[in-house]
Amino acid sequence: MGAQQRPHTGRRLTAVVTSDLSQRLLDGDRHALTRILSFVENGHTEGRDALRVLYPCSGNAQIIGITGPTGSGKSTLTAVLARAYRGLGRSVGIIAIDPTSPFSHGALLGDRIRMQDLTADPEVFIRSMATRGALGGLAAATDDVVTVMDSAGKDVILVETVGAGQDEVDIANTAHTTIVISIPGAGDDMQAIKAGILEIADILVVNKSDLPGADTVFKQLHIFMSLDRNEGWQVPILKVSASKNEGTSELFDAIEDHRTYLAQSGRLDAMRRQRARRQLLAVAQGQLLARTLAQAEAAGTLDALIEAIAARELDPHTAAARLISAE
Amino acid sequence: MTTERKLKIVIAKPGLDGHDRGAKVVARALRDAGFEVVYTGIRQTPEMIAETALQEDADVVGLSILSGAHLELFPRVVAELKKRGMDDVVLFGGGIIPRDDIIQLEKIGFKGIFGPGSSTLDIIEWVRNNAPTRDAA
Repeated sequence: MGAQQRPHTGRRLTAVVTSDLSQRLLDGDRHALTRILSFVENGHTEGRDALRVLYPCSGNAQIIGITGPTGSGKSTLTAVLARAYRGLGRSVGIIAIDPTSPFSHGALLGDRIRMQDLTADPEVFIRSMATRGALGGLAAATDDVVTVMDSAGKDVILVETVGAGQDEVDIANTAHTTIVISIPGAGDDMQAIKAGILEIADILVVNKSDLPGADTVFKQLHIFMSLDRNEGWQVPILKVSASKNEGTSELFDAIEDHRTYLAQSGRLDAMRRQRARRQLLAVAQGQLLARTLAQAEAAGTLDALIEAIAARELDPHTAAARLISAE
Repeated sequence: MTTERKLKIVIAKPGLDGHDRGAKVVARALRDAGFEVVYTGIRQTPEMIAETALQEDADVVGLSILSGAHLELFPRVVAELKKRGMDDVVLFGGGIIPRDDIIQLEKIGFKGIFGPGSSTLDIIEWVRNNAPTRDAA
């Protein structure tokens, strides 16, 4: 806490808590950054050590989420926004998430293909991540990867989710501004009134607006979004063609408007507390589960309980209570 | 939370030819073998490939080329990787590469070169046997 200056240039960690790698990251060493990201992603102890040191240096970056269905143009739009921020001289981090195979546990991460021209820019750092079984549209370690990029001095961090359908809404808990993309031809007006992904939008984009059917989607979204209770921020609906760079400056303006709104309305402060609580509980949950499992495995109770449930001798709730109480 | 490190493999196409079927087949096969594979797309400069390997913290980089410029481009990728401190990356390549050239490429660190007719199973096995067991930096 407290007023943290931007890291990156000349920030010194105190000798007691410093790790050499974290100091190198703060000095702008991208090799240190990439290694710390791997440690964090893999749940390595060095990653946790780095997060302890780097967390107080984070909290400065503007975090923008981009989500929408497969093939809706998330990567292309992410690249467009990255170029816009680079044009203003701001450094950019990109986290591009693709799914892990439920069968092989491998992943093919292909979002960089749409971002090739950004690769040569030393002020852009792109990291691909696989979901590794997480279901909310992000990878499990996404928040920690954001923290590390943030502490490395990235001004803007763009987080591109996996192709999202209806329920992949975790991005709204990570980003300050969430952009939800719709495209023409992806369902009737019933889709626009269902719960889920449209509700998390701070900005709605109808991408591929040069294609037939774009106006229909645009009107449907307008009608149903106008039913929303207005809590100080009217969700703009924007027609964009990312690949033709049309409507993108309006999108950029909308993001900056939302950023101003968050700061002036006090929403940003509320958001920080909500996230602190959510992260604390999520990490605590993970740690408790790991501890419980380690104990149960050592005591040999885990397999016995699994067998009992499978044989229908014990229901999962009772079994879980026993699992937790068995020390 | 697991502490197992998943291998990250960058598959890249240097040079100007646009024939990326082979690269995509290899990327897909490695995915099915349980690796996390980043595919860069075609027409990558050596700088772009090395930069991608750095940003992704790749354990392994595989280069695919059809144009015949491998003796020109592969060494430049090695040089760019070195420049970025990524000298611990394991390298392999694929393409129409003559036997004499293979010897030269082996000398600069390409431990595996796969020509036409190579089986994806061979490539997967090669990666398993040659990938680094890098744990701490």
